[in-house]
Amino acid sequence: MKLTRALPLATLTAAVAVASQAQAQTEITVATVNNNDMIIMQSLTEEFEAAHPDIELDWVVLEENVLRQRMTTDIATDGGQFDVMTIGTYEVPIWAERGWLSPLDNLPEDYRVDDLLSTVRDGLSHDGTLHALPFYGESSMMYYRQDLFDDAGIEVPEQPSWDEVRDWAGQLHDPDNELAGICLRGKPGWGENMAFVSTLVNTFGGRWFDMDWNAQLDSPEWQAAIQFYVDLLNDYGPPGASSNGFNENQALFSSGKCAIWVDATSAAGRIYNPDESQVADHLGFSQAPVAETPKGSHWLWSWALAIPATSEKQDAAREFITWATSQEYIELVGETEGWASVPPGTRTSTYEDERYIEAAPFAEFVLEAMRNADPTDSTLEPSPYIGVQFVGIPEFQSIGTQVGQMVAAALTGERSVEEALDAAQSATQRTMQRAGYTD
Amino acid sequence: MTTSRNKPDEAAALSLTDQEAMATGNRPPSWLASAGTKKFGITVLGWTVALLIFFPIFWMVLTGFKTEAAAIADPSLIFSPTLESYQAVHDRTGYARFAINSVVVAFGSTLLALLIAIPSAYSMAFLPTKRTKGTLLWMLSTKMLPPVGVLVPIYLLFRDVGLLDTRTGLIIVYTLMNLPIVVWMLYTFFKDMPKDILEAGRMDGASTFQEVFFLLLPLTLPGIASTGLLSVILSWNEAFWSLNLTSSNAAPLTAYIASFSSPEGLFWAKLSAASTMAIAPILVFGWLTQKQMVRGLTFGAVK
Repeated sequence: MKLTRALPLATLTAAVAVASQAQAQTEITVATVNNNDMIIMQSLTEEFEAAHPDIELDWVVLEENVLRQRMTTDIATDGGQFDVMTIGTYEVPIWAERGWLSPLDNLPEDYRVDDLLSTVRDGLSHDGTLHALPFYGESSMMYYRQDLFDDAGIEVPEQPSWDEVRDWAGQLHDPDNELAGICLRGKPGWGENMAFVSTLVNTFGGRWFDMDWNAQLDSPEWQAAIQFYVDLLNDYGPPGASSNGFNENQALFSSGKCAIWVDATSAAGRIYNPDESQVADHLGFSQAPVAETPKGSHWLWSWALAIPATSEKQDAAREFITWATSQEYIELVGETEGWASVPPGTRTSTYEDERYIEAAPFAEFVLEAMRNADPTDSTLEPSPYIGVQFVGIPEFQSIGTQVGQMVAAALTGERSVEEALDAAQSATQRTMQRAGYTD
Repeated sequence: MTTSRNKPDEAAALSLTDQEAMATGNRPPSWLASAGTKKFGITVLGWTVALLIFFPIFWMVLTGFKTEAAAIADPSLIFSPTLESYQAVHDRTGYARFAINSVVVAFGSTLLALLIAIPSAYSMAFLPTKRTKGTLLWMLSTKMLPPVGVLVPIYLLFRDVGLLDTRTGLIIVYTLMNLPIVVWMLYTFFKDMPKDILEAGRMDGASTFQEVFFLLLPLTLPGIASTGLLSVILSWNEAFWSLNLTSSNAAPLTAYIASFSSPEGLFWAKLSAASTMAIAPILVFGWLTQKQMVRGLTFGAVK
């Protein structure tokens, strides 16, 4: 008799226990890339789980292009494999427009949306609503060897011009001692050489498309910019420049083999770190050089965390991404990893923090560059697209990579600049016609 | 019927003669006439080819012991070795989980493939019909389709039956992927078996099952072993499907290696260290079973 009365109670207790167990194990799958800041984020998993005992994190780390392909397949087929994805400013507006990402409105008060840098916030919004939260952001700037510049008596003005940079590179170029005057990206790819080349074209007064989406790659501005780039790298660049991407140039610069390097601001933390760089003590910074116009002379990129609309664990995912992009998280990284390692380029408060300013003397340049990199107004003549170093349309990945190969061919001398740009122009025009932008 | 049975034989014989001709140089030029020179030449050639094939692996192992900066500097054999990449790889937990997945999936799919391929190769080798040859060729033709062509259908299918990111799913895909090769190899090994032995067994009253298990399998064991090994190695190294169909639970070592590539920051040394750790088990396995493998590959070469 007692047993029969006890049984339902026991069942109930067990059911509650099972239910709470299930509650305790909302496991969210976070897809990300293997960048240093993301590695730090993974190492802080326990901190997050301790503060949110009902959520468990499961990491999927993939190579950037594989990650993009996996995420696209998954969202397009409604696979629901990921709850949080790491994507960039290029994808966010495009994917948001297709309804692939959950809109992130009504963020909690203490998240302080207004603290996010406005250019980054705009870059991650679609129709005025955020669709991803910035994990870290970057622009581009110029790094140089202060010691070599001092020896040569070169004073760098607040805003250097490309002509000045060419002269300095020529002055310091010393191939016999394995020192290149300047290192720039040469490896083909829309996110490699074309990120840099696009900013160079912008500042030379060029643009990718006119207001009717006609390709402008054979314009005099492109010719001038690419000719300048090819001459500069061939005359004063390191050997084999066409195979150097971001990583290779960073290694060259930090081992003292380049006098000047124009690239991502996010490299500053690493080349300023004496453990990773031999030139940490002789580092000079400046704004990215300009030519005809300052517009679009430096890029804007942000790695951001987004929630696919297909995720069934929206609340837990939201909990995580607001944590990983919060001021509190930045504070946590500063305390555990050191202030030079905090994710840069997302929040104004980071740049107001004395501890950060002290640890990162380049902070002011980065903030300045990020603030005036405007993706909606990056070309001298009006253009129909959003993006500084990319064109915010789905076709750009293939266009950018194709044009990148032509530019690399011009760099190696396989084609003349004119031939390369003619080929790039007709390939781009064809793609745009097929995609229905032009007749 | 006879044609269908003879042709592969002829083909095999032809390719063997070709191989022998290449390996031993059947008609050597006069300057290579003496046996000593010939042997020396073959030894040099053999070593050159072996070293060429092994060089990338050697370089990878070496790179794993370099610092990140040394890994992308000008290639050099002289450097001070460091374990820091292995340390970094070790710090990123999870190797064991990926390795277990690799083992389960590679051996699981191989077992399943053998289970299906043995009966089918048996029937095609000993009870051929006029369509046998066509079937064999058709099976092989499925290998000619680029896998990405069927990615989306398979992805959708897997999503609907809940096989995404499961070992079972990968085992099924790998089995299907390797089945044509496994059937073909077993078919050629079985065909080399004198039919009379099986007939003798049948005379003594063996059933088909007994015939296969107690006569065919023990006699062709080296062949089956080398087929199995090949299937294990192919599954172990497969990257396209494992990267696309798994995310975390079923991800094998190929996904583990891929996770070390980085768009920002140097990674070649860590990638090499991770790759060395990923191929180590299969390398040791291959070394231990080397004898079986060579026996299997030369099985039937001398009649």
